[in-house]
Amino acid sequence: MPALTRKEVEEIALLARLALEPEELERMQHELGVILEHFGALAAVDTADVPAMTHAVPMDLRLRPDAVQPSLPADLALGGVPRREGDLIVVPSSIAPPGRGDTGSGS
Amino acid sequence: MSPASPASTEFWSVADTARRIAAGEITATQIIEAMLARIQKIDGELGAFLAVDGDGARAVAAELDSQRAANVPQGPLAGVPIALKDVLVTRGLATTAASKILRGWIPPYDAHVVEKLRAAGAIVIGKVNCDEFAMGSSTENSAYQPTRNPWDPSRVPGGSSGGSSAAVAAGLCAASLGTDTGGSIRQPAAFCGVVGMKPTYGRVSRWGVVAFASSLDQVGPLTRSVADAALVLETIAGFDPRDSTSLDAPVPRFTGALTGDVRGLRIGLPQEYFEAMDDEIRAALVRTASALVERGAELVDLSMPHTKLALPAYYLVAPAEASSNLARFDGVRYGQRVEAPDLLDMYGKTRDAGFGPEVKRRIMLGTYALRSGYYDAYYKKAQQVRTLIKRDFDRAFQYCDVLLTPTTPTPAFPFGAKANPVDMYLADVFTLSCNLAGLPGISVPCGLTAGGLPIGAQLLGRPLDEVTLLRAGAVIEAAVGLGDRRPAGIGGIT
Repeated sequence: MPALTRKEVEEIALLARLALEPEELERMQHELGVILEHFGALAAVDTADVPAMTHAVPMDLRLRPDAVQPSLPADLALGGVPRREGDLIVVPSSIAPPGRGDTGSGS
Repeated sequence: MSPASPASTEFWSVADTARRIAAGEITATQIIEAMLARIQKIDGELGAFLAVDGDGARAVAAELDSQRAANVPQGPLAGVPIALKDVLVTRGLATTAASKILRGWIPPYDAHVVEKLRAAGAIVIGKVNCDEFAMGSSTENSAYQPTRNPWDPSRVPGGSSGGSSAAVAAGLCAASLGTDTGGSIRQPAAFCGVVGMKPTYGRVSRWGVVAFASSLDQVGPLTRSVADAALVLETIAGFDPRDSTSLDAPVPRFTGALTGDVRGLRIGLPQEYFEAMDDEIRAALVRTASALVERGAELVDLSMPHTKLALPAYYLVAPAEASSNLARFDGVRYGQRVEAPDLLDMYGKTRDAGFGPEVKRRIMLGTYALRSGYYDAYYKKAQQVRTLIKRDFDRAFQYCDVLLTPTTPTPAFPFGAKANPVDMYLADVFTLSCNLAGLPGISVPCGLTAGGLPIGAQLLGRPLDEVTLLRAGAVIEAAVGLGDRRPAGIGGIT
């Protein structure tokens, strides 16, 4: 398997929402390359007619009645929120400042 | 009251503790006070507990004692002190998953298994250490503290449920619950000389478990005996509609499985599990197999040709699922937040500051494997290989009833010995396949090395056949187990 380029590592970090420091990116580039190379054995396995496992133990998707169930009171459910106003969670703007031009803010 | 000394209570079995409390030989309060005193005395060096809930445990014990005085019927585990791996959420008691990102989070509800334990009368004495988000094999990835192996404090207790295995071995709780995604109950159990059981996938509800890899995670007991494992499993197993993968299957009376009879039991020895290991571990497994044969079991030599692919398949599937599961830790709803001018920055900085190196590595690996254009080559391929591994087991179980393997290729290793991630991953080489195939597995102590370190024998069984594992495990325990030998490495345990 190919070693990862620095650009690939930066892209993955953005997708993973990890603002890695430059030295972390460098270390990650090396470590992921080693790990992926070690796991290259999978590529050589013939799996042409092998179905991908979806469940280890056979099971069917269960349905339940579409009825209101008891749930946590809002105040309890919001008890761990780092910043809130009343029952609202406060977060910074989702619109990047002008000129930033990244591709990841559409989440 | 009989002369039961509180100082002697720490190594009582789960069943014995409950029975003596029920018989009025000792109170739940005395048990809890003795256990808290012992934790106070030796956990500073051992490092098993992230949080000790002294006040909560005392309050429950007092309530149980007054109920008993009033002849109110009590559950089968009434008064038994249990320590919980810190990935199991506990109402009103901090749950961190040994990660900085969850520092200070107080969950508003109990995990299903915690509800079950409380309903049976067990007392949650505290939360124990583990690798961050259960990712690791030595508990060195905890963001908070190292946990030492009570048999030799210069060595790791295994992982990821290393706080559980150390606390059980050192007599700081009667039993502990851990989680096992690739060996995280069985491997630390082997390293600390205790019993660790990973049930069939779906046997125990995952509701309220901080998720690592959802298609692999299972909760299970770490105990000082096979009988205790049966009793705790019987308590926590069963259908839960809140977990969509929970199996709606009857729960057998596991404690009734321990008949001591293995006559005619066909025990498979898969050759791929005996290729690379320490000589002392090989010798201990040979003694274990011989002991089973002496008691009437038959040995069957087998080959499971896809075994070598379990490690790469696991280390693609588990990180892929982890990268998705851990997306929820973003500084919005719970845990720590690093403020930033816009949302994307806030996510990235919060996660960079909150996660440790191994968690970041696995999130990156998983994100890479799931990325558009790479999915077929990595995640899908790994899931296809998983099918091949499952077929190996299906074929093996046509010829045998249970598989016997070493739990680990080496005994507990020193701190810092596995600095290279791939070396650390190899510590799980014998335990991963079981999770990939969804099977039950158990590790039972089967001797000590010349240096005095525990060795674990692993049994793997058919789906939902925990009964056979417990039955054979109890025979191994009686024949080649540790008996009354206790760790002497910490706190002058004798």
